Amino acid sequence: MKEDPGFYDYWPYENRPKITWPGGAKLAFWVAPNIEFYEIDPPPNPHRKPWPQAHPAVTGYSIRDYGNRVGHVRQMAVLDKYNIRGSISLSTALCDHHPEIIEMCKERQWEFFSHGIYNTRYTYGLSSEQEKAIIRDGMESIHKHTGQKCAGYLAPALSHSEETIDLFAEVGTELFGDDGGIYTCDLFHDDQPTPIHTRSGKRFVSVPYSLEMNDTIAYVVQKIEPRRYGQQLKDCFDRLYQEGQRSGTVMCIPTHNYQVSCPHRLKAFEEALEYITGHSDVWVTTGREIAEYYRDHCFDDAVADIAQRGAA
Amino acid sequence: MSIDPSYLEYAQRHYGMDHDRYDWSMLSERKPVAWPKGKTLALWVNVNLQFYPLNQQGKPFKVPGGMTMPYPDLRHFSLRDYGNRVGLYRVLGALDRFGLKNTLTVNSRLLERTPYLTALIKDRGDEVLAHGEHMDALHYGGQDVAEETGQINRSLNVLREATGQPVTGWLSPVRSESENTPDLLANHGIEYFCDWVNDDMPYRFRTSSRSLTAMPLPLEIEDRFVIINNLHSEASWAEQVLDSADFLETEASEQGGRILSLNIHPWLMGQPHRIKHLERVLENLSARSSVWSAGAGEICSAWSSHQD
Repeated sequence: MKEDPGFYDYWPYENRPKITWPGGAKLAFWVAPNIEFYEIDPPPNPHRKPWPQAHPAVTGYSIRDYGNRVGHVRQMAVLDKYNIRGSISLSTALCDHHPEIIEMCKERQWEFFSHGIYNTRYTYGLSSEQEKAIIRDGMESIHKHTGQKCAGYLAPALSHSEETIDLFAEVGTELFGDDGGIYTCDLFHDDQPTPIHTRSGKRFVSVPYSLEMNDTIAYVVQKIEPRRYGQQLKDCFDRLYQEGQRSGTVMCIPTHNYQVSCPHRLKAFEEALEYITGHSDVWVTTGREIAEYYRDHCFDDAVADIAQRGAA
Repeated sequence: MSIDPSYLEYAQRHYGMDHDRYDWSMLSERKPVAWPKGKTLALWVNVNLQFYPLNQQGKPFKVPGGMTMPYPDLRHFSLRDYGNRVGLYRVLGALDRFGLKNTLTVNSRLLERTPYLTALIKDRGDEVLAHGEHMDALHYGGQDVAEETGQINRSLNVLREATGQPVTGWLSPVRSESENTPDLLANHGIEYFCDWVNDDMPYRFRTSSRSLTAMPLPLEIEDRFVIINNLHSEASWAEQVLDSADFLETEASEQGGRILSLNIHPWLMGQPHRIKHLERVLENLSARSSVWSAGAGEICSAWSSHQD
């Protein structure tokens, strides 16, 4: 075990090279719906229990199923209303279980990125080869069902090994060259994209995802009221928008159809989206577009600045 | 380091669900349902009459809301009992005042202990929904079938005999089930149950004999979940319920009848400082022209009449 994962160097927020998003935008805004499949009776993993009780975990399993049966279409309608394309963090087995959802998202040109095969199969305890096989399976499933070359990864249930990011970058290159495996959502160290060290030396980016704005963190961990969540989203936007004048920032809202789409919560979410998209100079975009733009226009300046500041 | 190779096998990775209990179906794709008298939002107020034994065994777990202190935990025993002695009358009074129906979800042990409540139920004529024997008689994964069958039998026999009602609805204590619970319920004359929280409308749920109707009783908006689990204020609970009603009303106007189900615990909402928030909710809902106030069984029957 290491003291530090070693993916990035210390790089202070002040005085960085200026990021200007396409069209002169100050803030890149993306919404990442997690579309997940939790198995009712998954195989055991010695490092983490999928459910708190013995099979069947009625409420835990069924509320997640609610997200797919009921919640998805509700959230999609709200995103359509504000012309937001979702960037889906996908349990890739959902392509097999619920292809109707995949089709709806394809029609809307939403992005699909990998969130593992099931959210009940963890990275813990896997060998390198096993983890690589799971990562490859996820990326191939997305390609087979959507034609997209998977660019991003959020490890299943945020379960990682020390190698997760390297393996993802490498499998992406093997399958799709520089079009696949180019960004991670697993790191929460910044409000701007940052270069990530990979052992292959690939130009690889961390795109801010956000645990703090994640509806499940808000509703299940912090247990806050829907309207307070809506206010937090607006407050987060206000600050990042203000700071984006100096250098472009990223705001992400990660959602779950079984949280944000409950009837008592959707209004607060919708009001926040209306507020955010009602501003000028906001680039409403996807995870891949942020990663590619950053890689092609900002990455080299960032690497040079980090090297220089580290040396100073 | 590695894990058993079976961890990378996915036997259930195919179209639909990873079990056979019900079919995969998106709510938005289903045939619209119309409620009686042109109403669009069915209101199911589900009032819980529960008994939490002082000598809690906690098998296989201690229920939320149960005893937490070393025996005898007088504080939790008596505070839950408060609901059946005092809180219930405030809650029923509020419902009656605004002309709204309710369903009573009842632990059978409570009626064995409290003839007054049996008489009250008979007198009011509210539909009774079975809630197992008591809050420490859990149904759970791996449970012995004979043990569970006995619990279901005793619970239903007591409730049917005491109330004279057929009692065809079921809510498991804290919604905990064994893998056999739905099969056993179907064998014992249950028509609908409310443990699963995967839909906002009823749907068909398979058992080893015939199908049950799964009725939607959302956990996330339940008084206990919002106020005790999430520690939100009573005022926020009321606001969330009304936001929910607004949303479902709108969806119903586009996609057909919807159900607003409120699961109420008199030991919680029947407290003097909380009751006004329930009253505010009931007053607001009773004034809506969209609302059809009905019992769980009535809603279940109305839904069934629209199915093929």
